Amino acid sequence: MKVLITGIAGNIGRLVTQRLLDHGHEVIGIDRRPWYHPPEGVRVFQHDIRKRPAEDVFRTQRPDAMVHMATVTHLTHRSEDRFRINLGGTRAVFDHCNTYGVKQAIFVGRHTYYGAAPDSALYHTEAEPPMAVHTFPELSDLVAADLYAGSALWRYPNVDTAVLRMCYTLGPLRQGTLAAFLRGPRVPTVMGFDPLFQFMHELDTAEAICTALDKGLRGVFNVAGPPPVPLSVVIQQAGLVNVPIPELLFSLALGRFGLPKLPRGALAHVKHPVVMDSSAFQEATGWKPAHDEDATLLAFRTAES
Amino acid sequence: MVTPRMIPASLIPLPTDPDIAARVDAIELPFNRHGVDPFGVDKRELAKLYTLIGWFYRRYFDVSVFGQHNVPARGRGMLVGNHSGGVALDAVMVIASAFFDLDPPRLAQGMAEKFIQRVPFLAWFTSRIGQLTGLPEHCIRLLEDDRLLMVFPEGARGTAKLYRERDSLVGFGTGFVRLALQTGTPIVPFAFVGGGEAIPTITNLYKPGKLLGIPYLPVTPYLAPLPLPVSLQLLYGEPIELSGSPSDSDDVIAGHVNTVKDRIASLLSQGRSVREGRLSPEEIDFG
Repeated sequence: MKVLITGIAGNIGRLVTQRLLDHGHEVIGIDRRPWYHPPEGVRVFQHDIRKRPAEDVFRTQRPDAMVHMATVTHLTHRSEDRFRINLGGTRAVFDHCNTYGVKQAIFVGRHTYYGAAPDSALYHTEAEPPMAVHTFPELSDLVAADLYAGSALWRYPNVDTAVLRMCYTLGPLRQGTLAAFLRGPRVPTVMGFDPLFQFMHELDTAEAICTALDKGLRGVFNVAGPPPVPLSVVIQQAGLVNVPIPELLFSLALGRFGLPKLPRGALAHVKHPVVMDSSAFQEATGWKPAHDEDATLLAFRTAES
Repeated sequence: MVTPRMIPASLIPLPTDPDIAARVDAIELPFNRHGVDPFGVDKRELAKLYTLIGWFYRRYFDVSVFGQHNVPARGRGMLVGNHSGGVALDAVMVIASAFFDLDPPRLAQGMAEKFIQRVPFLAWFTSRIGQLTGLPEHCIRLLEDDRLLMVFPEGARGTAKLYRERDSLVGFGTGFVRLALQTGTPIVPFAFVGGGEAIPTITNLYKPGKLLGIPYLPVTPYLAPLPLPVSLQLLYGEPIELSGSPSDSDDVIAGHVNTVKDRIASLLSQGRSVREGRLSPEEIDFG
């Protein structure tokens, strides 16, 4: 199978590439960022997915499947640019899939879709609407992209679309939202709160994406790894120092004293859990994480940044 | 190679009784190797909790429990009872009873008021001892996981009862019946007597409570809502297996609610009689 990966130069993109090559697939990719030495046989087109040259890749290469990972977060991009990439880019690639006969499309989304709030339930299921987006505007474009990708299921019935809402990724690459929060040595927490955190090893993330592809999955699925653990445990097991800060001082302290900087809306995500039920994905694919929470944290901890 | 360390205990400085910690090990919940279950229930926090409330349960109050054999030893169950006492003393005693009087011990998981998750430390501790926010989603998930749920259908209106209203029942919510029907869960009615004597509320302050982020602040003759060392009675009735559909009309559901409410009212008046020596425990009608 010929698979096109958008955002291929990212960390998970590279892991998915390797896994697909190992299983005998052909891989091509599009990314604005360069990948200087991709594995042999992998063609990387350095384009913006919203631009004409990216469409040419679909037309000339005729991939059988697409894995769409070219979305960005508030950690890397400011708001206007983010909206254009996440919404304009997602729209463009799904249109191209339909136009150029791509049979299968996977949108790699995020579990933060569900939002964190004091009155939200543990174990979100796929049917739930995105809550608490108004408290965290930096997430709204990703939520919209997730819903837009899901709409491809009825707009483009010839394309088997799967929307994967992945929990946090952690591992030796030390990249991603949670890794940025845990870059240490001190991790701010809101005093008196200790939410459950759900995360999985980056290799399991890549494996889950490839499994969805192998199984020709169709629909919206939560993808989570081992059972969630309290944030205090994550910090302790990662070998970091937990700095509990009273809520009133929390926003003031961020970005100072060696603490990471977070948008205001992220406060709720440090106070309350976002935990998903991923049984539907496991039942549909048989996928199970190969790394438990301890192995994942250990891999994160022992890999030097 | 760095070996993983044990997870940290919480910052709550409470003592742990080793015997109680050993009994916590006998609770049949899917704890991971750190002693945390998939809902965030932490064994060590449970040991602290039971050490603390065990002292109240076994020494401070004079608690008598009747009909504990009516609580299923395993599998899903819904304990449904009356509120008595201004600060959910009833819930604490039922949690203690399910731990100390059942074999194997069980964790009774309540459906907590929504404000709790907004209060620092309280949010943390209640999450670690399995007292999740009162949401239908939590209720269904816990029951489908074959756990023991504790429900007070009177809600916050129930804890707000004044001393003179202590043995009354206020309006019941109906959600618990629909959830029991949906999940095929037996309802174990229970009555808690004496909470009104333990915390004799003379009035509730709603505005100051609101300022503190809680629904109301109960006031006793000695001002603070601290419990007095009185005798308490807890009666578990025979399980009620409801039949019907969770989407039955309100009238049908209200009928089930009244069945449960009547059973609790009967247990409540019997409990009052036992408390006042007018009924011997052997004469209690649990059905």
